[in-house]
Amino acid sequence: MYRYDSYDDAFVRSRAAQFRDQVTRRLVGDLSEEQFRPLRLQNGLYLQLHSYMLRVAIPYGVLSANQLRALAAIARRYDRGFGHFTTRQNIQFNWTRLADAPDIIDALADAGMHAIQTSGNCIRNVTADPYAGVAADEIEDPRIWGEVLRQWSSAHPEFLFLPRKFKIAISGALEDRAAVLFHDIGIRIVRHRDGSAGFAILVGGGQGRTPYVAQELRSFLPRQHLLSYLEAVMRVYNLNGRRDNLYKARIKVLVNALGIDEFRRQVEAEWQRIDHDAIDLPEAELQRITEAFTLPSLPVRAATSTEVARRRRADPAFDSFWRNNTTPHREPGYRILTIALKEPGLIPGDATAEQMDAVAALAERYGHDEVRVTYTQNLVLPHVAVADLPNVYDALVAAGLHAANAGLITDLIACPGLDYCNLANARSIPIAQEIARRFADTGRAQAIGTLRLNISGCINACGHHHAGNIGILGVDKKGTEHYQITLGGSPGNDAQIGEIVGPSFAAEDLPDAIERIIETYLALRHGSDETFLTLYRRVGIAPFKHALYAQGAIARLPHKTDRQLTQEAALP
Amino acid sequence: MASIITANRLTSGEVVYLAPNGTWVRDIAAAEPSADEASNRRIEQIAARAVAANHIISPYLVDVRLEAGRPVPLSVREKIRAQHRPTV
Ligand code: SF4
Repeated sequence: MYRYDSYDDAFVRSRAAQFRDQVTRRLVGDLSEEQFRPLRLQNGLYLQLHSYMLRVAIPYGVLSANQLRALAAIARRYDRGFGHFTTRQNIQFNWTRLADAPDIIDALADAGMHAIQTSGNCIRNVTADPYAGVAADEIEDPRIWGEVLRQWSSAHPEFLFLPRKFKIAISGALEDRAAVLFHDIGIRIVRHRDGSAGFAILVGGGQGRTPYVAQELRSFLPRQHLLSYLEAVMRVYNLNGRRDNLYKARIKVLVNALGIDEFRRQVEAEWQRIDHDAIDLPEAELQRITEAFTLPSLPVRAATSTEVARRRRADPAFDSFWRNNTTPHREPGYRILTIALKEPGLIPGDATAEQMDAVAALAERYGHDEVRVTYTQNLVLPHVAVADLPNVYDALVAAGLHAANAGLITDLIACPGLDYCNLANARSIPIAQEIARRFADTGRAQAIGTLRLNISGCINACGHHHAGNIGILGVDKKGTEHYQITLGGSPGNDAQIGEIVGPSFAAEDLPDAIERIIETYLALRHGSDETFLTLYRRVGIAPFKHALYAQGAIARLPHKTDRQLTQEAALP
Repeated sequence: MASIITANRLTSGEVVYLAPNGTWVRDIAAAEPSADEASNRRIEQIAARAVAANHIISPYLVDVRLEAGRPVPLSVREKIRAQHRPTV
């Protein structure tokens, strides 16, 4: 993986020193909060419900074992012993003190990390396919371009004060595992008829208040022109994006106001004006970055293992883990292993310092020193030899990281919601926990099959509810937490925005409503091969509406002992 | 309906409330309730001075009801803040 060179290191350290000076001046009162707020946000430090929260960038979701250990050490020393992995492949520390922030930023710099551009109206941390470089269906490794984009967008003087925040995602595989169609710019590595690789550029996707699936801006861009072309896109947006209305400031609104054809015409015109050679990456630099991402030399290992086969027969939990949490690697003797931070009943995306250390140790011992963070709030060990899987699994069991539910209903996305977030309408985490408990039996979740369930605590949609096959959105209904359900969303190649099924549910009724949706799916599907999404596309919303809203439908459901109720009662 | 004023402490970020003696405390039960516009303005001014003195940030009024003279917030959000921890 890419390691900072002396330039990167000097840049990050100078920013750390600058931030330390800013914090010092704030603490002695030389800077007012009004002056300081934009400075702390430029360094990822937010004020949340209970405390300051520090959001640390994990470029394209890639970490070394050492970096993960550094995050564990920060969690232990400066937070309450855990961190929260987010849908932007970042990590957030929920309980940081302003006075400690400069030391944390220094600790990050020591490990080749930072929190720059994790907030504000700039190009945010670029996200990517978590299986980059190892997926069997990959055309080219998107991390190379993720790194190119990181360097290009970091402190880019022209794009630090955009109309609004800007998110870029990149995938190099046939299957979209990075939700690229829900980003301001989505980049897909594609192959031209002549065999050369280049980029399809998608623009104007996003969730939030006005969700859009991105549209194709260019079906093929030769790879050497990525930076000059993106520069043209950014300029058109920077000049014409609305700055008068926060809710209309994202590029998706501009693209839809102009229409994709007019937007494309403006981008192409700007691109013609740009001096490509001054901006596009020199071949030698591309070579240097590419070399950083050469696949580690993986010793040839056997594609099958009698021990694995025996264990799968003897141990159903291991068998479920194999089936749900491992996928083919491009080398037959290896698997890509997902560590689902989704133990039913715990907080989605949270990992303790001990768990981070345990994953770092596994990455070193069995995983060629690499860890990935997925936007579904999980971790990935990208290269684990088939024969090592039983050992790795046993270590995950010891660390409480063996949830065998990747891709299932309990592998749900949940934003921090009203338990932590200043902008929330309603809590997400207790809802996620209760739903996960209902479907905690792996056999049952497996019988339901592939299903993406996503929860956001407000319309900002950090929990990707629009893209969930089942989406849940927290709303405030006369001061009480209610939840609106959407159905049929998809984050993948067939990206789609979910449809609202009907009036919202009170917290205590919501898990029942989800059960009713699942029962309806199971009753109607043509066998277990028909996924929830496929069925939904076949039968539409009507049977689900009926199941949820026909008179007394929810009241008739059997379960009525919710933790939300207890929690509500526990509040003062 | 009564109000209290809340904020976050500058150095730690922790949730605090203005108490009758002018200090900022973690315990919402110790917060000074204000019953009318004039006393709302008065506690807002105290908060503005505390902001200027770099003790607190982000102050605002919170609607409360009084139970045995002690303020209890009305919204779920403020109930959670007053507990200084998530509900999970
Ligand atoms: S979706 Fe809303 S509640 Fe959830 S993290 Fe984002 S802003 Fe906060």
